[in-house]
Amino acid sequence: MAALPPYASTGQKIWHYAYRAICAAIFFFLIAPILVIIPLSFNAENFFTFTPEMLRLDPEGYSLKHYRDFFGNPDWQVPLWNSLKIAPVATFLSVALGTLAAIGLSQPHVPFRRAIMATLISPMIVPLIISAAGMYFFYSRIGLQGTYWGVVLAHAALGIPFVIITVTATLVGFDRSLTRAAANLGAGPVRTFFKVQMPLILPGVVSGGLFAFITSFDEVVVVLFVGSAGQKTLPWQMFTGLREQISPTILAAATVLISISVVLLVTLEVLRRRSERLRGMSPG
Amino acid sequence: MTDSAMTPPKQPMAALPGGEVTEGPMLAADGTPLKASLKRALRREKLRALLLISPLLIFILVAFVAPIADMLFRSVENQIVSETLPRTVAALEADEALPEEAPGEEVFHALYTDLVIAEEYKVHTRLGSRLNYEMTGLSSLFRGTGRDVGRFDTDIYTDQFVEAEPALEDPVNWSNWMSEEEIRDALPLTADAWDAWTTLTVEANEDDPLEEDVADFVYTALYRDLANGAAPANFPDVDVSSFETVSIRALFEDSDEDWLDPEVWQVIQTYSPAYTDGYFLNSVDMMNGPGGDAQWRPDDEQIYLKLFWRTMWMSMAITFSCILLGYPIAYLLSTLPLRSANVLMILVLLPFWTSLLVRTSAWKVLLQQQGVINDTLVWIGIVSDANRLALINNATGTIIAMTHILLPFMILPLYSVMKTIPPSYVRAAKSMGANDWTAFWRVWFPLSIPGIGAGSILAFILSIGYYITPEIVGGTEGVFISNRIAYHISSSLNWGLAAALGSILLALVLVLYWLYDRIVGIDNVKLGG
Amino acid sequence: MKITRLLTATTALVATATIAGAESHVEMADEMTIVSWGGAYQESQLKAYVEPYLEQNPGVTVTWDESSAEAVAKLRAQNEAGNVTWDLVDATAADAMRLCDEGLAMEVDHDEILAAAPDGTPASEDFGEEMLVSDCFIPQIAYSYTFGYRNDVAEWNGNEPDDICDVFDLENFPGTRSLEKRPHNNLEWALICDGVAYEDVYDVLETEEGQDRAFAKLDTIKDDTIWWSSGADTPQLLADGEVVFGSTYNGRLFSLIVEQDQPVNMMWDTQSYDLDGWIIPEGLDEAQLARVQDFLYFATDTQRLADQAKYISYGPARKSSAPLVGEHAELGIDMAPHMPTNPDNAQNAFVQNYEWWADYRDDLDSKFQAWLAQ
Repeated sequence: MAALPPYASTGQKIWHYAYRAICAAIFFFLIAPILVIIPLSFNAENFFTFTPEMLRLDPEGYSLKHYRDFFGNPDWQVPLWNSLKIAPVATFLSVALGTLAAIGLSQPHVPFRRAIMATLISPMIVPLIISAAGMYFFYSRIGLQGTYWGVVLAHAALGIPFVIITVTATLVGFDRSLTRAAANLGAGPVRTFFKVQMPLILPGVVSGGLFAFITSFDEVVVVLFVGSAGQKTLPWQMFTGLREQISPTILAAATVLISISVVLLVTLEVLRRRSERLRGMSPG
Repeated sequence: MTDSAMTPPKQPMAALPGGEVTEGPMLAADGTPLKASLKRALRREKLRALLLISPLLIFILVAFVAPIADMLFRSVENQIVSETLPRTVAALEADEALPEEAPGEEVFHALYTDLVIAEEYKVHTRLGSRLNYEMTGLSSLFRGTGRDVGRFDTDIYTDQFVEAEPALEDPVNWSNWMSEEEIRDALPLTADAWDAWTTLTVEANEDDPLEEDVADFVYTALYRDLANGAAPANFPDVDVSSFETVSIRALFEDSDEDWLDPEVWQVIQTYSPAYTDGYFLNSVDMMNGPGGDAQWRPDDEQIYLKLFWRTMWMSMAITFSCILLGYPIAYLLSTLPLRSANVLMILVLLPFWTSLLVRTSAWKVLLQQQGVINDTLVWIGIVSDANRLALINNATGTIIAMTHILLPFMILPLYSVMKTIPPSYVRAAKSMGANDWTAFWRVWFPLSIPGIGAGSILAFILSIGYYITPEIVGGTEGVFISNRIAYHISSSLNWGLAAALGSILLALVLVLYWLYDRIVGIDNVKLGG
Repeated sequence: MKITRLLTATTALVATATIAGAESHVEMADEMTIVSWGGAYQESQLKAYVEPYLEQNPGVTVTWDESSAEAVAKLRAQNEAGNVTWDLVDATAADAMRLCDEGLAMEVDHDEILAAAPDGTPASEDFGEEMLVSDCFIPQIAYSYTFGYRNDVAEWNGNEPDDICDVFDLENFPGTRSLEKRPHNNLEWALICDGVAYEDVYDVLETEEGQDRAFAKLDTIKDDTIWWSSGADTPQLLADGEVVFGSTYNGRLFSLIVEQDQPVNMMWDTQSYDLDGWIIPEGLDEAQLARVQDFLYFATDTQRLADQAKYISYGPARKSSAPLVGEHAELGIDMAPHMPTNPDNAQNAFVQNYEWWADYRDDLDSKFQAWLAQ
């Protein structure tokens, strides 16, 4: 499929280009929603529609007012800060506990490994509404509902599967003789961990952390139930906005979020390549 | 990792004590049998692994599993009836009028006492709402009678007692009598009513019972005790045979004639135990009929099976469209050189990384009747302006938006499976005379099936639990069971039913999860390469 | 000597009195969580009384929670947990009654905690019995559910709807409608258009046959209806041209028509009145309660309620505020003609029976939801 051989028949040629066209259409399907959001966030009107001025590319139809609103209005700034206060702490918890557990899980003899693994991955699988409802009632009972730590714990739980998955994936390629060599040379387990294991699994840890971060940063269902007004996060504000007062400021917020995603994505890609190079798996 | 080699024992095996070769078990350096020594090492290793895992495991159990278990428990909990109407529930057990007709005076007297108390604590409307889930109309019945019950004509007993024996008006006297065991034993209903009244006065009204007028329901209880023939010593001797009486059953009937409907009482009786299967029956459109047998709900109240079914088929449709769109992309990515594949992969991952809300609102903009897609179609001339397609607020909207959202979950596992298929297989097939299609269909496709399996189960699992997207683009026909659960939690406040629906959904997901684990293995979930 | 002693005694007395006074004077919390509806309505509250209050009390911070739609559920959960995190909740009259019935809202003495009218009329009279529908309810505004319609629908041949029953007339007024995803109002409107007189609506609706009749009438437009659940839906749907006809709060339509200048008109016929106001959650600690009461005293006085009408076209709940209603804060137009209570608009108004709905809400909610899912 990679390239058309020179001896291809007409039919093969047609199919080759048709197939490329289909793939292009599907890629377009994947990207279109994101592409639509960005210009609409510069809308000069207060509704979610392309105005005739915008379609004519008339500069009158565009404005930065929704960005000004986003960066100037406490209705958006407070949630942004809340998100920034919650996500890193939740990420830290997920990463710290998750990495330890992933190392534990990659030991050769772990009793009930399958069951434990299934339990640890379950926050990703269980429908969010069920997790949210359960946490709502249970956290209410133990006084965590509506508190900062309630939201952090809930988000940490949701981020853990991602850390487990990415870190165990890096550990799969981990050569255990390295730790034995370190032990042989007299390093204690802690020293071995930080000097040998950690640098090698670091890309996995960081990418797991990024996943956990974005999970918390994007999460809306659980925070709607577990949080209270004091923990209103950016997605919460967007959800409220979508339901209560439709304004393209949501789209400005969305564009900002997309930019953050792109930055994280690029970071991740760089890390992945670095990891593969370190482990000598593929040229990347 | 379970299949990787065991770590070799730390001590060389040759070091047997005394250098002699002995019969029996091999020994380690310290003289313990090698088997035991190995076992110990293994145990230590296991322990270390568990120690590393346990903080997280405990965290997940407390922060995640316990809340879910706690919620599931709500689906069978039903203490509200026996806690709000304890006397009525007890009296109903002795009553034999049901199911033919409404119970007799005894039960209504108990209900009177219960309801007066419940009204003071303001819990009767909640009970009404609870019972209304089982029989429409009970909520208004409890609310209406709750308003009336404080004004029932039972004060004629109070007046007659006070007239016959003025000492009976003083709460301090009452308090003295009611501290005597003998009197309490002789006047069980009165003692019970007195206790309830004093607790209530302190708790709900924050008053001192010794300074308040004793409530009518205490006198009514006293009347019933004395009319039953009780004659305690050291208690004012009042002859109640000449008293003017009032039927409490009739008072309830005056308030609302539905109280004489035996079906109402059957519902109360059926739901008086502390645990119920009612919520689960409700989640499959059934109910506890008269006599406690499960039966179907009336046709116009059957919605949940339909919703489960809709959730299933729509999730299947979404999964199928994901395969349809994801397969060509994964194929393309796996056959392109790695560098260009990685660039294109970003196009797959970008939506994956973009906020769910953002993508969903984008679909709202795209799909609506005056939206981008319809505008484009009208502009091209495929549809006329008057017949714009309804793409949103229905099942179509949900399927399109969710396909988009779940597509990366299909592409990624497909891609990782396809990458492992050696291209030489297809070349070999071709060299043996297969045309492109045969080579693909007979060689490549069968090898990619595990990827389809992995992607499908993942997409399906995630899809049946979705909430936000159907809520925003689904209208009424495109919503899932999750939306119903959310509705019951935050609007209808039927938490028990929400928990029961949630349990069923969770069970479904867990079965699929188990299947996924069996077929694919959880370890093989990949996130973006 | 005598005088000195007397003086000392008096001073001592005064001193004790002051100390006693200081002791009974509770510290006020300096944080408040106010629950409201978001959107233009919350904005009007912010401008009319929250911001002025914060100016007077610079140390106080207010956190908003846009959860009024789920007020009953969330208060129940908070109450169950014994951890009430809200200080003041904006709720509709029906929700307030329900919260009051369940003991989740605090009963208040209106004359004691609210300011009297400028002429000295006690609060309870100034609001009037028809406003104080529950002991827990502190009214702010009277609003109504009205219909907005697009005035550029080609298929209508220049006709404009002016009768509630045009909503059910798909022949002369084809197009998609939007109605609220609740039985309230919809069932009443259906019955009225099925020939039931205003005053009989609730009697009919109480019977099984009456309910079936209302649902049958709604069935005729069910396929052409989008069901909304938040106040922003209908304005957005109308602005996008997704629907041609939709019910919502009159203030939202005012904002769409007058402030956003969209091609939409208001149909006042059979507007359905409703009330909205504050409730104080039960179980606040003393400091919170003191702060909330201090705020409420200010926020519900005659001038503040009249000020609110500068920002949104809802009628102030106090009689004494009505004459003070002036012009729109930014547009400078006269607000009176946009009030639901304006005589021209109120000609054919329908008054919702909150008490009836408090009783029948559970019954009809479950029926309505089942009907929707059919």
